[in-house]
Amino acid sequence: MTRVNAQVYLPVVGVAGLLLLWYVAVWVQIVDPVLLPSPTETFRAMWDGMFQGKLGFDFLRTVERTTLATLIAAAIAIPLGILLGSSEKLYRSVEFVIDFFRSTPASAMFPLFLVLFGVGDATKISVAAFGAALVIVFNVAYGVMNARKTRLLAAKVMGASRIRVLTDVMLLESLPQTFVGLRNGVSLALVIVVVAEMFIGSTDGLGHRVFESQQLFAMPDMYAAIFAAGALGYGFNLLFLLVERRFVHWSGK
Amino acid sequence: MDQGSGVLRSVTSGRPAGSAAALRSTRPHVTVRGLSKTFGTSRVYDRFDLDIPRGELISIFGPNGCGKSTLINLIAGLIPVDAGEILFDGQPLRDIKFGYVFQNYREALFPWLRSIENIEYPLKLMKLGKAERRERTERLVAHLGVKIDLKRYPYELSGGQQQLVSIMRALVVDPEILFLDEPFSALDYEMTLFMRDQLQRIFVETGTTTVLVSHDLEEAVYLADRILLLSRGPARIADFVPYEAARPRSDATLSEAEFVRVKAHCLEVFQREVRKG
Ligand SMILES: Nc1ncnc2c1ncn2[C@@H]1O[C@H](COP(=O)(O)OP(=O)(O)O)[C@@H](O)[C@H]1O
Ligand SMILES: [Mg+2]
Repeated sequence: MTRVNAQVYLPVVGVAGLLLLWYVAVWVQIVDPVLLPSPTETFRAMWDGMFQGKLGFDFLRTVERTTLATLIAAAIAIPLGILLGSSEKLYRSVEFVIDFFRSTPASAMFPLFLVLFGVGDATKISVAAFGAALVIVFNVAYGVMNARKTRLLAAKVMGASRIRVLTDVMLLESLPQTFVGLRNGVSLALVIVVVAEMFIGSTDGLGHRVFESQQLFAMPDMYAAIFAAGALGYGFNLLFLLVERRFVHWSGK
Repeated sequence: MDQGSGVLRSVTSGRPAGSAAALRSTRPHVTVRGLSKTFGTSRVYDRFDLDIPRGELISIFGPNGCGKSTLINLIAGLIPVDAGEILFDGQPLRDIKFGYVFQNYREALFPWLRSIENIEYPLKLMKLGKAERRERTERLVAHLGVKIDLKRYPYELSGGQQQLVSIMRALVVDPEILFLDEPFSALDYEMTLFMRDQLQRIFVETGTTTVLVSHDLEEAVYLADRILLLSRGPARIADFVPYEAARPRSDATLSEAEFVRVKAHCLEVFQREVRKG
């Protein structure tokens, strides 16, 4: 029992180690104190920023954009992935296109989307959705294609129609892989949204907060915004993991 | 339309041991004529003929890759024939209910459904209502005397329990023919022995025409009314050996002279076929 309990606290070791290192670095002034504020200063900036300053608002804006982008991506990519995955021939015929765009840095698409959607939120969200959708479509299609052959045969011999095989077996079989796609998708969407907030005529969002703090040389604020972005990315991942564990209980079993 | 009473009819009418022999009609249940099947360049069946008598348990035994699984898949309509015909009571494939038990229960059951929902699934495909599905399933469970917590998910059960769930899923529709493709080979020996007797009991009680693929000759003979020995590519009937020991058979059966004789004969035929290459 004690061993198990001890395991739970292992991650704390890394965090404590990092904080210690940080304090020491500040204390011995390895780096210019202006560039590297102390952890205390940083977390105070984070606390104040979140609950009194602009950081909280920027955080919510980024949450909003990333969520919207992921929802749009999922709404398009999941049905598309199922469609493509249910016919191996169909998937093979578009595989190259998907792989090509999946390998294209989404940030390279900004100028194109700027022309299409202008310098507003639409561009940020649609580029992020574009990137996430490719990741999701790829994973869903593979999940459907890799459905266990025996399970499909079992359904067939019990008299399931093609549609029933798709809805009762393939769809559920693809869920674990779909969640892999969703987790990767939301991470990518967050990356794209934050980059977009830095450079594309933004007035809010975590990317904007990081960039503005740096321009104003407000280092604690900048670190605070970076940590907020990190926490957000981690939180999204955790959220999907928890949802997966709840609804895809058979995953990995 | 009497599907609802199906389980009741066959399971609860449980014929006593030995009466299966009396039921053996002269008319075969399944007739295979001129069956041909080729995968790529390998010709697995070439104008193959076979008669499967009604109400018997047929074991199929033969070298690895000779086409045992392919044969039951063809009969069950899981894969199309290249040529030839497969008749049931002299009729081509109509809406026949098959039960099919796969070797790999882990990949044959649906892990997202509870065990009881797995068993009920084929009834759902038959568009039976919830209450009726539950009723038929519970009747089958009670009849087989299965003591598994069926509220659990398959992955929470042992291998033997999972395969038992698979078998119940195959039986719940009251199939005309039950196929089992090496159903016990993924189980440990103790469980295999237990499951053999479960299968024998089910067979004695339902009298369902059963086709069992086995790679264990002892098991093949022990359970069978007839052992179908196949030769390699393209597969032919090397021998179709009757074994008429009374049921229920038990451990004692394994040392009876007739059992030993039939098993030795099958082994001899098998080795002759293997040596031919
Ligand atoms: N879907 C398939 N595609 C190609 N070859 C197959 C397929 N299914 C079976 N075969 C081949 O047909 C032969 C018989 O297979 P099978 O019926 O599975 O043998 P077994 O007697 O071991 O069950 C083997 O040589 C196998 O490789
Ligand atoms: Mg096989």
